[in-house]
Amino acid sequence: MADTILVVVEQREGKLNRVSWETIVAGQALARETGWNLEAAVAGNNVSGLASEVAAKAVTKVYAIESPKLATYTPDAFAAALKQFIASSQPKLVLMPHTYQVRDFIPKLATAMGRTVITDCIGFKKEKEILLFTRQMFQGKFAADVTFAGDPPWFVTFQNGAFRADKIESGAAAAPIENVNIEIADAVVRNRPEEAFKEAKQAVDLTQASVIVAVGRGIKEQKNIELAKQLAEALGGEIAASRPICDSGWLPMDRQVGSSGQTVAPQLYLALGISGAIQHLVGMKGARTIIAVNKDSEAPIFEIADYAVVGNLFDIVPPLIEEIKKVKPAS
Amino acid sequence: MKILVCMKQVPQKDAPLKLNEAGTWIREDVSYEVNEPDAFALEEALRQKEKHGGEVVAITAGPARSQQVLREALAKGADRAIHLEDAGFVGLDALNVARALAAAIKDEQFDLIFTGLQSDDQGYAQTGVVLAELLGWPHATIIMQIERTGDGIRVKRELEAGFFQFVDMPLPAVLTIQSGINKLRYATLIGIKQAKNKPMRKVTMAEVQPALGPNLQKVERLHVPQKTRNTEFLEGAPAEIAKKLVDKLRNEARVL
Ligand SMILES: Cc1cc2nc3c(=O)[nH]c(=O)nc-3n(C[C@H](O)[C@H](O)[C@H](O)COP(=O)(O)OP(=O)(O)OC[C@H]3O[C@@H](n4cnc5c(N)ncnc54)[C@H](O)[C@@H]3O)c2cc1C
Ligand SMILES: Nc1ncnc2c1ncn2[C@@H]1O[C@H](COP(=O)(O)O)[C@@H](O)[C@H]1O
Repeated sequence: MADTILVVVEQREGKLNRVSWETIVAGQALARETGWNLEAAVAGNNVSGLASEVAAKAVTKVYAIESPKLATYTPDAFAAALKQFIASSQPKLVLMPHTYQVRDFIPKLATAMGRTVITDCIGFKKEKEILLFTRQMFQGKFAADVTFAGDPPWFVTFQNGAFRADKIESGAAAAPIENVNIEIADAVVRNRPEEAFKEAKQAVDLTQASVIVAVGRGIKEQKNIELAKQLAEALGGEIAASRPICDSGWLPMDRQVGSSGQTVAPQLYLALGISGAIQHLVGMKGARTIIAVNKDSEAPIFEIADYAVVGNLFDIVPPLIEEIKKVKPAS
Repeated sequence: MKILVCMKQVPQKDAPLKLNEAGTWIREDVSYEVNEPDAFALEEALRQKEKHGGEVVAITAGPARSQQVLREALAKGADRAIHLEDAGFVGLDALNVARALAAAIKDEQFDLIFTGLQSDDQGYAQTGVVLAELLGWPHATIIMQIERTGDGIRVKRELEAGFFQFVDMPLPAVLTIQSGINKLRYATLIGIKQAKNKPMRKVTMAEVQPALGPNLQKVERLHVPQKTRNTEFLEGAPAEIAKKLVDKLRNEARVL
């Protein structure tokens, strides 16, 4: 039997998230590179509709893994169901998106099977028949090429945005769908989760802003936020921040940009003293123009910036505000 | 409640990092600090102890230098510490780190184990969840709040894009703590003094070796990431840079 790549997609409220489609794209690329079969699986309760959506893509087969116990996500039920399925179908490579849900259960699943996961990968390559998976380390300051040193199944998760969802290939005909019913004993599931909710109503909608001035820990003290606010005002934009600034209460939570905050796509994103951790970048890399000011010339934020200023923000921002005021009188 | 806090020493956030000769890890001559979420995990454990009584134990696996994180934990109020001391712990994958930690505490009965949600150096985002599976305990990740209920706990998990979720779960359990769950305290002078007399158990690599296996993943090499945009670096004195930026804002970004 040919080797198989299995992509396990993620659904929430009956919809696949975009990073699931991206992971199928990763699977298609890996299948081309290796010549292995590409299959997909979706786990839940009543997921045949989703399975047929996936079956329209270039995959050889789709499994609908079903159990009433999978209706609500718990790590126990998901790890148990996928362990049963993977142990019997024996894929060589198992791919999943690196979402909060997957990172909650995939280390458990891999450990239960005596295997390992290479997490949060941004790409792969094949060198002399060996697959290398590239992942960030040291908060994005380095990338690492990592190989599996043990037996398959090999588990890999891919980072949000690592592959382009619009590159997905459709199949010539719909792939066959197989329903797999899994029995999960009551005692297996120990956590009792409640519905997901959003905290307070958001006072600002940063997604609509065309100019955003964002501050990170480089701003040093709460009182210095004022300086960034002046810059935002001069530009007629909104102020936003990285997570530690909101955690410290220096700006309200609804000003946070990133994976646990808002995702924005302004005309201009001006980052002051932000290092560029991936959890921040996913929230702003869609900005049309990115300007970054950082005193560290190797800060990862510069990897995605259009214009970079290596320097002390406290030296740069005051004259910048003055220059802006010269060309754009306060309204 | 008896709580174990897993704490890792990582390079300081601002430390300039250089690759070692083999290109597989960084040169170790940098300054280190406590992995950020682990500091929040310790703080949370101390707060739980203040509310419900019990004991807080800090544990780390790393070379001699990493004892510093345990010293800090003791100074802030942890009751005792466990140091798995060996430079070899740095090169383990998440499964082996978790196995080593589990082996070191096999004779203890904890109600809760806290880890950070991920480390700033390796960033596996796995160790806590793997540890839970090895112990056969339930777990919950990315935790922003913990309350005791009758015979278990109720935790608040952070989800993507501003969503949260409450989860009820039994004890014992492993929780991976998110930065920002609380406000960190500073060590006091008295605390630092008292720390000197608190117990610190040393565990050697040889003691936990039987529990370990070969690493199942291997870093072949590290490299500086590829740029995805064509970045133009603006140089000069601040006033010149300000002028150049305004030019870009007008003519390229077109926001002025
Ligand atoms: C599950 C998860 C979810 C997360 N969600 C988010 C999220 O939604 N949003 C988010 O932002 N983060 C999030 N994070 C945290 C993220 O990993 C980083 O820790 C965070 O983004 C770092 O913020 P920062 O860049 O402000 O701080 P740091 O990483 O500390 O960077 C500060 C930067 O300022 C520079 N600097 C210092 N002084 C100056 C100066 N005077 N002038 C110029 N530059 C200076 C430094 O060189 C450094 O690069 C999340 C993490 C996890 C694990
Ligand atoms: N060597 C170690 N010693 C103690 N705790 C660790 C060690 N490695 C990882 N951890 C814990 O596991 C968490 C997640 O790390 P990681 O799985 O590497 O992302 C960290 O925040 C620590 O709490």
